[in-house]
Amino acid sequence: MRGESKSFETVRHDLKWSRLKRTVRLGLKSLWMHRLRSMLTALGIVFGVCSVIAMLAIGEGASHEAQEQIKSLGSQNIILTSVKPPDEQKVSNTGQSYVLDYGLKYSDIKAIQSTIPGVSVIVPGRIIREFVWNITQRVDCKIMGTVPWYPSMRNQRIARGRFFTEQEMTEKSNVCVLGAETAEKLFPLESPLGGSVRVGEAYYRVIGVMEAHANGPKTPEASVGGGNTSETLNRMFIPLATAKTRYGEVLRKRRTGSFEQERVALHEVTVKVAELGEVVNVSYAIEALLKRNHKKKDYEITVPLEQLKRAERTKQIFNIVLGSIAAISLLVGGIGIMNIMLASVTERTREIGIRRALGAKRRDIVTQFLVETVMLSGAGGIIGVALGMAIPFVVTYFAKMVTIVTFWSPVVAFSISGLVGVVFGIYPAMRAANMDPVEALRHE
Amino acid sequence: MDHSKPIVRLEDVHKRYQMGFVTVEALRGLSFEIHPGEYISIMGPSGCGKSTLLNLLGCLDRPSTGRYLLGEEDVSKMEDDDLSAIRGKRLGFVFQSYNLIQQLTVVENIEVPLYYQHWPEEQSRAVATEMAKRVGLGSRLDHKPFELSGGQQQRVAIARALASDPLVILADEATGNLDSSSGREILDLFDELNGQGKTFIMVTHDEDTARRASRAIRLRDGLLESDTRLR
Repeated sequence: MRGESKSFETVRHDLKWSRLKRTVRLGLKSLWMHRLRSMLTALGIVFGVCSVIAMLAIGEGASHEAQEQIKSLGSQNIILTSVKPPDEQKVSNTGQSYVLDYGLKYSDIKAIQSTIPGVSVIVPGRIIREFVWNITQRVDCKIMGTVPWYPSMRNQRIARGRFFTEQEMTEKSNVCVLGAETAEKLFPLESPLGGSVRVGEAYYRVIGVMEAHANGPKTPEASVGGGNTSETLNRMFIPLATAKTRYGEVLRKRRTGSFEQERVALHEVTVKVAELGEVVNVSYAIEALLKRNHKKKDYEITVPLEQLKRAERTKQIFNIVLGSIAAISLLVGGIGIMNIMLASVTERTREIGIRRALGAKRRDIVTQFLVETVMLSGAGGIIGVALGMAIPFVVTYFAKMVTIVTFWSPVVAFSISGLVGVVFGIYPAMRAANMDPVEALRHE
Repeated sequence: MDHSKPIVRLEDVHKRYQMGFVTVEALRGLSFEIHPGEYISIMGPSGCGKSTLLNLLGCLDRPSTGRYLLGEEDVSKMEDDDLSAIRGKRLGFVFQSYNLIQQLTVVENIEVPLYYQHWPEEQSRAVATEMAKRVGLGSRLDHKPFELSGGQQQRVAIARALASDPLVILADEATGNLDSSSGREILDLFDELNGQGKTFIMVTHDEDTARRASRAIRLRDGLLESDTRLR
């Protein structure tokens, strides 16, 4: 045995792995001796890691939802809506019946089309509010006169049947496509396809039903412009040409004691810009053009792309704020670990002295304490990751919020917890290693 | 055994401590040799430099001047890491308060010096078990120190000191914390091991204990007062 001690030096490398295992086992024993203390120490890291993951998941989910809604408007689109000017509203309340004339005109569309380059498709739309009947079923519905390519422009799909065609548009056919909710209310039992609905005196043949969006109308406050999903649900689409001939330009509304008459040519216009990079510039050009042609501001311009960008910026700020909160909690956890390890070093001074007397080098002592710290923070990290990935599910279940755990967030959180263990473990470990063995042995 | 070659050799060893503004000279030129198989007791009144000498002999400290040769090596100028290696390989310690590691079992405590010499686990486990049997603790391998009596704990410490087959075993008041009967048993064990060729250096203040050694060294004021061969 004696002579072999030299040859052990040479096979040292092969022993590295088994040695690490022994060191880990030794560390586990020491940690197990103070179970409660180890658990409380790791708790700091558990909450740090768990809050990182949970916060990022909630933040990601919230911004994802907003972005989805904005995307459904089409990022290449600019949406123009007619708005009743606020001062006109007061006049109409005086009880006189006269025709209120406002909003986007056909001439506006022509002007946009002819003067602004890079504008590819323009989808005009008229919205008429009427009751729609199917025998005795009645629905208060927004009837939208529009063009055949409306669904493809606004990222909306047909669930059943089809949208109307160019031919039906030119023929001014009495066909309609129902929103998902409208279809369900009017035809609770039978299939709406092939059936017909009545609006006033006219009958329309149902040729299609729009798809209800998967995310649905969960957050109405996040909806933008006229193209949001919740409004599509209770709409009925007819060809624009049909709408024009049927309803003309003037709308009558019954008010208490009087009629209110409005003349609005187009309620909604969607402008598609060919180049994604030009969207914002085109929107400025359109705004300038409309400002010149309209005396009052009776229109509104919505640019989904701008909203998307704004949402992205908000998300970034959100992530920075959440990230720093989480980083602080990890830092606090790390300081907690360092505190406990320093106490542990003091408490185990005698043990350090014994080990040094029995042949432990300084780096052996460093390794021992560092392994313990890293194990503490590592175990805290694992529990934290598990908790942090469970919390989003709980939040989704109870608060009905969308949460997304990205792949990298547990990875990052866990590696940070390991790093915290090393960083905050080094100082106590060095302190342990630099003790004078004679002093350490004398320590009571 | 070759008695002509000493395993411990001190040459004019001085040790000075700086205590505030005062320099205290704990050892003032100490020279002696120890040959293999000797059983030495070191005695002297408190403050005579006993502990300082033991720390030097145990390579826990370095002399201020003078040379200390342990085996073939001059350890008086060694670096910290080399001293650690020397302590683990060449020296065995038996302390007054046993100094076992509380969270480890008997056999694991005996293994500690071997662990720091990077012995493979099976081999060190086998040696530790053998040593435990040698001190009469073969049936208590998996007990923790607090489950053992003082005498048994000191036996574990002796087994640990034997594990890496050191040149010298240093015992610091090894029976100081024990009642007289278990103290006697420990001393009997020392005798037995010495009979097998182990070299012991024992620091004590008890005359009866010191008389069991083969050679008695007395210190006074950091100097050698007497060096008597007893048998």
